[in-house]
Amino acid sequence: MLKILKYSFFDLVRSRWSYVYFLFYLLLSSVLLFLNNNISNAIITLLNVVIVLVPLIGTIFGVMYYYDSQEFTQLLLAQPIKRKSIFMGQFLGVATSLSLSVLLGLGIPFALYGLFQSNVIFDFLILIVVAVFLSFIFSALAFNIALSNTNKIKGFGYAILLWLFLAVIYDGAFLIALIYFQEYPLDKFTLIATLFNPIDLSRILILLKLDISALLGYTGAIFKDFFGTLFGSLVSFGVLVIWVVLPLWRMVRLAKRKDF
Amino acid sequence: MVEFNDIHKRFDNNDVLTGINLSIQKGRTTAILGPNGSGKTTLIKILLGMNHANKGEIFVDESNIKNNWSYRKYIDYLPQIANFPGNIKVKEIIAMIKDLRSQPTRDEELIEYFELTPYLNIKLSHLSGGYKQKVNLVLSLMFNSPFIILDEPTSGLDPVSLIKLKDLLKKEQANGKTILITSHIMSFVEEISDHISFILDGKVYFDGSIEELKSTTEETNFEYAIANLLKNHHA
Repeated sequence: MLKILKYSFFDLVRSRWSYVYFLFYLLLSSVLLFLNNNISNAIITLLNVVIVLVPLIGTIFGVMYYYDSQEFTQLLLAQPIKRKSIFMGQFLGVATSLSLSVLLGLGIPFALYGLFQSNVIFDFLILIVVAVFLSFIFSALAFNIALSNTNKIKGFGYAILLWLFLAVIYDGAFLIALIYFQEYPLDKFTLIATLFNPIDLSRILILLKLDISALLGYTGAIFKDFFGTLFGSLVSFGVLVIWVVLPLWRMVRLAKRKDF
Repeated sequence: MVEFNDIHKRFDNNDVLTGINLSIQKGRTTAILGPNGSGKTTLIKILLGMNHANKGEIFVDESNIKNNWSYRKYIDYLPQIANFPGNIKVKEIIAMIKDLRSQPTRDEELIEYFELTPYLNIKLSHLSGGYKQKVNLVLSLMFNSPFIILDEPTSGLDPVSLIKLKDLLKKEQANGKTILITSHIMSFVEEISDHISFILDGKVYFDGSIEELKSTTEETNFEYAIANLLKNHHA
């Protein structure tokens, strides 16, 4: 598996798109830092970008890489290598190279700006951790979609729909539900509904860490109660881990049963 | 060596294989023949674990290949259509597969034999079909495994390369290797193989030597004998 990971990783690191992605973050965070002159504000702005863009790029990159490397996969399948190793290796190659682009693109300007001397280093760290989680989650989901769709156009379509649903539609539907059922006690429902969407979960994790839960509106108190405690943080990280593990488990299952 | 027991395979609503029983003997060259779409490639892919049979079992050296991958260490497989990642060079892909399998190789010998040396630094997407097939041959034969599976090995090759391939295969036969081929070039099949398995409508329709085929169909010419098999079937 490590050899496949190595080839996938270097293949992607050499590709133009990884550089574009890296340079985008580099530029964005540099500009934000110098315009805001404040690391905390820059982190909040970045949060809004990262939370939408990382899932989008993760799904598109994952699907694209899978379809692009189909020929190589065919070649590998005839070799004495386990299927699990082939697909896990490719997935890890995509996820780590994406995470590396984000880490370096955001990390370099912040480090130069004096992040390590500031007291918000943990806020920044949680932003990075969330970005890495989202990269892993959405590339895994993308591999699931690509493995179940031989038709590329369909695969890309489903990938974009998935992103649209989790990044945009889910929030809307959630809000409508809250308004519609406002006479009922909704705290439990809100908490659980948030756990089912990794994007929402990540956003709330960072907002709470930045201590601006007032922005969250009337459910803020409940969230702070729950996520603010050690238990709450552990649960939300646990849920993020499940969001990585479950799609990966399904990916391996799909890969084992598929005819190539 | 290889034992196919009642292999069934369907794709969506299309029954491709409906009970294949076949045994491939060690040290012999078996040709799997059949019209287009008869499931020759599917059968080979099932043997390699790339496709899964809906029913039936395959034994390689008396062990079931289900949920097993290590038996592929002893197989050299030449895929039918040489689809390679386009943006890497010939020598890179050879190095990659060598690294992945970490078994002893004879790649240099084969590169020289198929005159690929001047093309080592060329990207695979820039190669002609014939040269792609030669790269394909080097990639699959370089591990010197005791069992060779060739799916349409002649496609795209010019007459000189075809003769070279035949000579190479004859050498391998003399070394006692087991070879399984599919091809639509009957003269090639007749020259290379000891044993013919003809697949029709998802079953083995004829299984025997070339002489047996000629005597059952009462034809002296191999190509006509095969055509006769098809004609009798449809009559």
